[in-house]
Amino acid sequence: MQDILTGPMIWLSLSVFVFGMLARIILYIRGLDWKLDRVAYRAHPKAGMKGAARSILYWLLPFATRSWRKKPVMTIVFFTFHLGAILVPLFLLAHNMILKDMFCLSFPITLNMCVADLLSWGVIISGIILILRRISLPEARILTTTYDYFILFLALAPFVTGLLARYQVGDYQFWYTMHLLCGELFLLLAPFTKLSHIALFFMSRAQLGMDYGIKRGGLRDDTNLAW
Amino acid sequence: MSEETLCNRQPIQTEESLKRLLKDSGGSQYYKEMKSLDVDQELLWSTIQKTCKSRIRTWLEICANCGMCADSCLFYLINDRDPTQVPAYKVKTTLGEIIKRKGKVDNEFMHMAMKTAWAKCTCCNRCGMYCPNGIDMGVMISYLRGLLYSQGFVPWEMKIGAGMHRVYKAQMDVTNEDFVETCEWMAEEYEEDYVGLHFPVDKKNADIFYTINAREVKHYPEDLAEAAILFHIAGEDWTITSGSGWEQTSLAMFAGDWGGCKVQVDSVFDAMERLKPKRMVGTECGHAHRGTVVEGPYWAEREDGLPPVKCMHYVEWVAEALREGKLVIDPDKRIKELVTLQDSCNYVRNHGLKKITREIMSYMVEPGYFIDMSPNEEHNYCCGGGGGFNGIGLYRKERNQALITKRDQILKTGAKLVIAPCHNCWDAIRDLEEEYKIGIRWSFLKPLLIKMVKIPEHMQPKD
Repeated sequence: MQDILTGPMIWLSLSVFVFGMLARIILYIRGLDWKLDRVAYRAHPKAGMKGAARSILYWLLPFATRSWRKKPVMTIVFFTFHLGAILVPLFLLAHNMILKDMFCLSFPITLNMCVADLLSWGVIISGIILILRRISLPEARILTTTYDYFILFLALAPFVTGLLARYQVGDYQFWYTMHLLCGELFLLLAPFTKLSHIALFFMSRAQLGMDYGIKRGGLRDDTNLAW
Repeated sequence: MSEETLCNRQPIQTEESLKRLLKDSGGSQYYKEMKSLDVDQELLWSTIQKTCKSRIRTWLEICANCGMCADSCLFYLINDRDPTQVPAYKVKTTLGEIIKRKGKVDNEFMHMAMKTAWAKCTCCNRCGMYCPNGIDMGVMISYLRGLLYSQGFVPWEMKIGAGMHRVYKAQMDVTNEDFVETCEWMAEEYEEDYVGLHFPVDKKNADIFYTINAREVKHYPEDLAEAAILFHIAGEDWTITSGSGWEQTSLAMFAGDWGGCKVQVDSVFDAMERLKPKRMVGTECGHAHRGTVVEGPYWAEREDGLPPVKCMHYVEWVAEALREGKLVIDPDKRIKELVTLQDSCNYVRNHGLKKITREIMSYMVEPGYFIDMSPNEEHNYCCGGGGGFNGIGLYRKERNQALITKRDQILKTGAKLVIAPCHNCWDAIRDLEEEYKIGIRWSFLKPLLIKMVKIPEHMQPKD
């Protein structure tokens, strides 16, 4: 079992993830239609790129948009969750050793153990707050479906199992196997579920940014949209 | 069968069918017929397959159901934070559901969707600025309106409005002759006070081609006179057209009648081709600007997304005229009372006209007397009557409720005068005073400017 999970399954899940996400990006761009969307994407590439870049950048920075500033608690929880969810899988030393073994490549920087622990706990705690938020806030509760909890489960499971293995709670081998399984499940399902937002967030933000940058005032030289 | 009914899937194409529909006062027969209107599920689904591409599909798919859009919506706020007023919820339960069911929805569903699309959203696009995923729910509700229109589930006044554009190339039954005659009448009325005042008609290669809102002809002809007076004072080389294309608005846009939108905007662009003006200036109307200048080029299938000539909203012309000294304000006549400004969603959030209106205020208002509402500029709230809401009798109660946000914003400024360079906002603010009696006055820019600009000597009456 473990041989499969540490061998071909890593190959498979990473390939599905990478190529799946690439396919989602390509399909998204191909599905854009200047007439239906009413955005002249091709006619104003410079204004479009500027709008797209601003739209992505402002939303990647905590408190840089009015929406983030209006919801400070959500903003802190949201960024804590996503920061760990992105940095730990990519830069954890153990993950990089696997990458090195399998593909002979690794990132020049890895996280030190203490930072990795902190980030992982951050993901779990903010994940729990996100769940509680869905239960307690009426405006989130009315929208939330079982599927949303499943997505949160997919995202949190690798962290929970990873930490249990890291602290060697009970049977290390068991948690290690579970961690591999959960991580690979995440990678395999991401392109086909709401987790596709990992790539499509950038597409959607860029599109709306181009909409504003090209059509909704971005061509004016006296103002910039204040996100 | 559809020829005999008032409520059907066909757009209004003739004067006769328009008159039949108008005769049905309040749309009582129309709405009665709507109760038994079939949903053409195949057409609905095939339309979606043809027109709902990656942008909207991705929005529906990646919405995190986080509810961060809730507070951005005025309907959510004024309805005691009713979760069914959360923008994402309104989209999911209508458009989202239609797509999920592959168009297999019934009459009752379409009634619910119609109410959501026209009585719970003004397509102000504010929510789109608060969603981390960049999902613009206003765009989706507007798309939903298009689907509903194509199935005949559209409020009576919206069906009429869209039909007006198709028949008269104007939002009301105002003919080209009516327009020109009204202009001439206004010139006669005012030429004694403003020597030499006239409306240049069909002048080719003029600097400015002026377009208006048909309501001005029908209900506020003084607005036409004021525009002419100000152009005259500023010494502009301007013109109107006696053919189609003098009307800038697009109720078809509010109705979701995309074919009607094209008919309307083509008529304006054709007039531009005929008259070859250097630029077009439109009246103080938000949606007219959006329908013709922002969205219009796309309905006219112009690949650069731009109108044939440079187009300006009235506020842009006023700012330019004041900046360049074409209009000079008598400092003694500047506004010396607290005054606030309404940003029209259709040109502030949809065309970035935010600094320009404040520049105008800096000329018109004595320093210290202008006070902004909060929030403002691109984060402003809709007046409460946008997107056609003002005109729909069926949803009057909901509309009056929706005015509360603007009422409270105005009250907070302490200003008793509200400047609203947009027909829709102007109407909504008038109605909110009527409904809630908070003791405010409201005005377009034109009548205020007329009272404070210096009149050149050659225009002053000699007695």
